[in-house]
Amino acid sequence: MTATLKVLCATLALSLPATIASTESHVDPAIQGAITARQSHMRLYAHNLGALGAMARGMVEYDAERASAAASNLLALSQLSQGSYWVPGSDNSSVEGTRALPAIWANIPDVVEHAAALTAAAESLAASAGTDLASLQAGMGAVGGACGACHRAYRQSE
Amino acid sequence: MMADRAFIAGFFVIGIMAVSAFLTLTAGRDLPADYLQMQVADPVQGERVFIAAGCASCHLAPDAKWDGNAPPPLPGGRRFPSPFGTFTAPNISTHPEAGLGNWSDRAIARAVVLGVSPEGAHYYPAFPYASYQTADPRDIADLIAYLRTLPPVESIAPPHEVGFPFNIRRSLAVWKFLFTDPTPILPDPLPAELARGRYLVETLGHCGECHTPRNPLGGLDRRRWLGGAAHPSGDGSIPNITPAGLIWSEADIAAYLKTGFTPEFDVAGGEMVEVIVNTARLSDADRQAIASSLKAIPPVQ
Repeated sequence: MTATLKVLCATLALSLPATIASTESHVDPAIQGAITARQSHMRLYAHNLGALGAMARGMVEYDAERASAAASNLLALSQLSQGSYWVPGSDNSSVEGTRALPAIWANIPDVVEHAAALTAAAESLAASAGTDLASLQAGMGAVGGACGACHRAYRQSE
Repeated sequence: MMADRAFIAGFFVIGIMAVSAFLTLTAGRDLPADYLQMQVADPVQGERVFIAAGCASCHLAPDAKWDGNAPPPLPGGRRFPSPFGTFTAPNISTHPEAGLGNWSDRAIARAVVLGVSPEGAHYYPAFPYASYQTADPRDIADLIAYLRTLPPVESIAPPHEVGFPFNIRRSLAVWKFLFTDPTPILPDPLPAELARGRYLVETLGHCGECHTPRNPLGGLDRRRWLGGAAHPSGDGSIPNITPAGLIWSEADIAAYLKTGFTPEFDVAGGEMVEVIVNTARLSDADRQAIASSLKAIPPVQ
């Protein structure tokens, strides 16, 4: 290998990570912010569902007050306006770091319907979670169904 | 001159033999004569088989919402894009023309376990007969009895959109010869729970059809059984559910199959949502059996 070639290879090797990094930083900050916001929103669902699920599965003792609080959080989350999270151009074919399928933006009325179904399921869970363990378990099924119905069509399989 | 004639005649005889051998070898097989004879069919048990085998997940209408309880209408019509073309699920309702209302029990059994139509043509392996081939004949008899209780739906599903050479059905005989190994992944002997789990995972549940990677001809790579695969649509992937990929406890796996919630309280997405509609209706013992057999299969890194 000649000295020139070695230098060339070394330069290319060193510049590769920089190229990758600069591709990443090309994501529009507004789009990146929207993706982070909606993923954080999903994390909040998961956190509250986790508190409920631990009781539903008997991993922690049922506590009516804590169950009600978590279910109320779910309901409140489901009622937040999410319009600013789902900006065009933030789907998984346009940017890295998201599994949101482009189909979302092609089927907005259906997505809105799914969101309404989640709110309805969260309403009945919020109303029943504090009653007893059986009511909590029954209500969680509908919430899980509403989550899954939307993820079926609109989230990329991992 | 005589030698030439003999040569030409011989050439034709060999040619005819080759063609008839090809037609015989690539014809759709049939079941043993007594396949369904000893069975007393029970439609109630058949519904359990229908659920474990996930029939509705493909054969419901594309936009159908089914909660897993009401008798499902099965008009087919759902499209399955793949590298070989787009397959469309057929109507398997009891309608006499659009569905299989006029088929004999044997014809239905042959379709399910051998992937052969009543006319003797091969079905495409989008229909998971490679998994169903090891089904218990009693389960098949019960399944057929249940299918006959379902409502007729008149709509005829559109044909597959498959290009040359995959549109030559006879070539599927070769595919079946190469890629429908009935040997189980978990070898015998097995304790009862693992045997039940193996039957649900490898046979009825046909988990390997999505979770096992395929070779360029669409055959399952059995050495990487359930080791995860590209999504056939080309967007996304299907996870590794061998012990190397799925680190959840057996209780976590069973709970996921019941509720759709992962241990982190994310939920199932994609086609797995429809799988959960089915697994949610299995017994706790069956979900536990699935979980224990997933923990027993060879890890794929």
